[in-house]
Amino acid sequence: MAETSLPKRRTADGPPRASGSRILRLFHRSESARGYLMMAPTLTIMTFGIVVPFVILIVISLWTRHGFGFDTTLTLANYVRSWNEPIYGTLLLRSFWISGVATAITVLLCYPMAYYVAFHVHRNKMMWIILMTLPFWTSYLLRVFAWKVILGYEGVINSGLMSAGLIEAPLSFLLYSPTAVIITLAHAWAAFAILPLYVSLEKIDRSLLEAATDLGDGPMARFFRVTLPLSMPGVIAASFLIYIPTTGDYITPALLGGPDGAMIGNLIQLQFGAVNNWPMGATLSIVLMLWIAALALVFLLVTRKVQGRIT
Amino acid sequence: MSSYIKRPNRALQLYAVLFLIVLYVPVLFIPLFSFNDSIYVRFPLQGVTLKWYGELWTREPVWNALWNSVKVGLVVSVISTVLGVMAARAITRTRMRGKGALVTFIMMPLVIPGIIFGVALLVLLSRLGVPLSLYTVGLGHLIICLPFAVATLLPRFEGFDPSMEEASADLGENGWWTFWRVTFPMVMPGIVASLLLTFTISFDEFIMAFFLTGTDPTLPMYIWGQLRFPKEFPSVLAMAALILFVSFALVFVAQWIGRKGLEEQE
Amino acid sequence: MTPSDRFISIRSVSKRFGAFTAIEDISMDIGQGEFFSLLGASGCGKTTLLRMLAGFEAPSKGEIFIDDQPMSDVPPHHRPVNMVFQSYAIFPHLNVRDNIAYGLRKQKLASTRRAEMVEEMLDLIKLPGYGNRKANELSGGQRQRIALARALILRPKVLLLDEPLGALDKQLREQMQLELRALQRQVGITFVFVTHDQEEALTLSDRIAVMSGGKVLQVDTPAGLYETPRTRAVASFIGTMNFFRGTVRRNGSVMAAIEAEGLGTIPMATAQLTKPDGAPVQIALRPEKFSLSPKRPEGGLAVEGRLRTAAYMGERSQYYLSIPGKAEPVAVSAPNSHRLMGGHDLPEGQALWLSWSPESIVMLDID
Repeated sequence: MAETSLPKRRTADGPPRASGSRILRLFHRSESARGYLMMAPTLTIMTFGIVVPFVILIVISLWTRHGFGFDTTLTLANYVRSWNEPIYGTLLLRSFWISGVATAITVLLCYPMAYYVAFHVHRNKMMWIILMTLPFWTSYLLRVFAWKVILGYEGVINSGLMSAGLIEAPLSFLLYSPTAVIITLAHAWAAFAILPLYVSLEKIDRSLLEAATDLGDGPMARFFRVTLPLSMPGVIAASFLIYIPTTGDYITPALLGGPDGAMIGNLIQLQFGAVNNWPMGATLSIVLMLWIAALALVFLLVTRKVQGRIT
Repeated sequence: MSSYIKRPNRALQLYAVLFLIVLYVPVLFIPLFSFNDSIYVRFPLQGVTLKWYGELWTREPVWNALWNSVKVGLVVSVISTVLGVMAARAITRTRMRGKGALVTFIMMPLVIPGIIFGVALLVLLSRLGVPLSLYTVGLGHLIICLPFAVATLLPRFEGFDPSMEEASADLGENGWWTFWRVTFPMVMPGIVASLLLTFTISFDEFIMAFFLTGTDPTLPMYIWGQLRFPKEFPSVLAMAALILFVSFALVFVAQWIGRKGLEEQE
Repeated sequence: MTPSDRFISIRSVSKRFGAFTAIEDISMDIGQGEFFSLLGASGCGKTTLLRMLAGFEAPSKGEIFIDDQPMSDVPPHHRPVNMVFQSYAIFPHLNVRDNIAYGLRKQKLASTRRAEMVEEMLDLIKLPGYGNRKANELSGGQRQRIALARALILRPKVLLLDEPLGALDKQLREQMQLELRALQRQVGITFVFVTHDQEEALTLSDRIAVMSGGKVLQVDTPAGLYETPRTRAVASFIGTMNFFRGTVRRNGSVMAAIEAEGLGTIPMATAQLTKPDGAPVQIALRPEKFSLSPKRPEGGLAVEGRLRTAAYMGERSQYYLSIPGKAEPVAVSAPNSHRLMGGHDLPEGQALWLSWSPESIVMLDID
């Protein structure tokens, strides 16, 4: 390594400059120490931004609301409540269901696109990748808002169909329904799914595909026996990357979901806002996290099993 | 050279084009209706006007919110990029124990719902008695921007040969000057890309800002507030169109610089 | 020609990639059961030709027949050929058994029969008991054998091999060469083998096509290529060769001679020399066709030269001598079984006599 060889040579030439301080010398000698030092600011921020808040979140979830303050006796009361009162379970289940459907749709729709760019685009690949991922980087709020404009009671679709004379009255099922939430989520997270899918497909050695063809597979058999199994890591990554953040989303359900499309995120937001029950909000956040972790684990195990059997 | 495998597939080509259209059209309705001379966002279009843009121009709160977002965005992008450079360098150039775990840790915000970060930080700050302000929004944004900065910069550091740094050391430069004369120019495109991306993320971020904003709203917070009033829709559309345009431009340039440089190296 | 000599028939095949011509009007035949090599430097078109046989590239012009069937409209997965890829292309998500059985899917075999065939193949490639190994647990040599087994289990009419030994280290490569040759004799399948390594081609092949710039320069047996190369390009590609420019000298119709630079006048049989008096020719002599001696040998053809450098190479030594009338030094190879001058190192500038026989002279086409 560049930085280690230099101080070492100086040590050999004469009295080392860093001789005054034992710590400095350790710093020069140990790559590990230098690595940690360089990462220290990042790690500090991440620790204060993730670990500490999570610990406090757990602690608060064990408190209870007491008037406008907290009763700091540690108790599992909130967890028991979240388990017993049907509203929490219902919203949690609905969140998982909506996110699950949105994730499945997104991955299914994005896979052919990623496949196309990985295998059939030869020039300006970079352009395609940027084009596909560009919308993801722009305001999530605005993209959701765009769907409100489209699906709204007097929105683009309804008013468009009406002025074309195809329908008499606006279609009411478009806005404020789980369907609206699913469509919006699938659209908003598409770019996030494309990248891992594309990377896993692009990584597949082309000679493996030729080998499959050479050994007698037509395009279909080749896809299911080689391409798909080898791109499974990308499918899994894409699923995680969409499923996890969308389960906690509250903007989309708030703007487009209506009462039937509300998700657990809306409930958490309410606890910290209008309801003003922070311990309950903390509890719900923790419960959400635990469920996500559990589901992710199951998902991972199942895909491993399936992947082993596909061939 | 795999001609057989690469034979063009018309169906797939058509699908790709449709995909891109569906990806972009919903977003393009925003600028379309922002020029519509009607308070209602619906077809048929009523004629072209710039009045919604004109109205924006005269609104004091819009300018304040914009300025707030720019301030937060600039600070967050610079800090997260500097920290990202240090982290990426440490990850690629030193043998550290537990490196994999550290990288996973830094990338965690990518796979945890933003709302949980938001409420966790809110709880921490309120326990510490820190008042909510643009600083707290910035802290929240820093946490979600860092993984993106590191992810953008890592390939740059991985992409260039450490022996170039060794050559510089061998030719007599110390670590500091080696960084400025060799490392920095080599990873420059990554740094620019990281700055632009993190700025855009912070500028557009809403989920954490919702929990962490004090009395000074950022632009997305301001827009969220306006969404309750349908009569404000047209001016929100105009604002959204401007933001989309700037975001698209920034991210496009960032991605182009970032990837272009990588391809040249290969 | 018997039909089995034309088992693979390549008729006027060209291949262009845009403006670049990879293969230019190649016609040749490969016989059934032959071990046939395509030899050439990288970019000479040998891999493109192989990939056209496999069906991964379509000829821009011309037609390829395999066992009398035109191949143009046959996609790769329906061709009676299989390939061993340069990278081996072992499927990383499958174990050894499933890799070898990959192509058997369409044959609708009972699973016991399939398992039996895989075991037979594992025995054939000397890897019994490796069926459950994962692809990433295999060494380069093992991967190569599995790639071979995976193709051979389908009993193809032709096996195509794209530099299959290139990734192996020298010792393993030599061992695999022997095994490959033995295996080919055992299974009797036609092998088309692509390599840039001339020694490998000479060791393995029944016949070799030397390729350059998208064209076939010469098709011949290994001995034929080495002893009687037709052009300077072929001669210099295979082994070391000394080249001499010369002029035909005729004195009547019975006797003819070549006056070659540095070698003087060499009498030739008229049958060997058809060109008219005064025509320029190019002749070539392999380094081992010269003999070295400190004194002028009795009779025969000889010139005196001075030693420039000598390289000791184990079983033989390579000497470079300058001779009057020729700018480049002449390479001479002599066995070390009884070393010159009693085994002492020869000093630079030492005068030595080179002698040769007229039969060892190769006449080249002027290219």
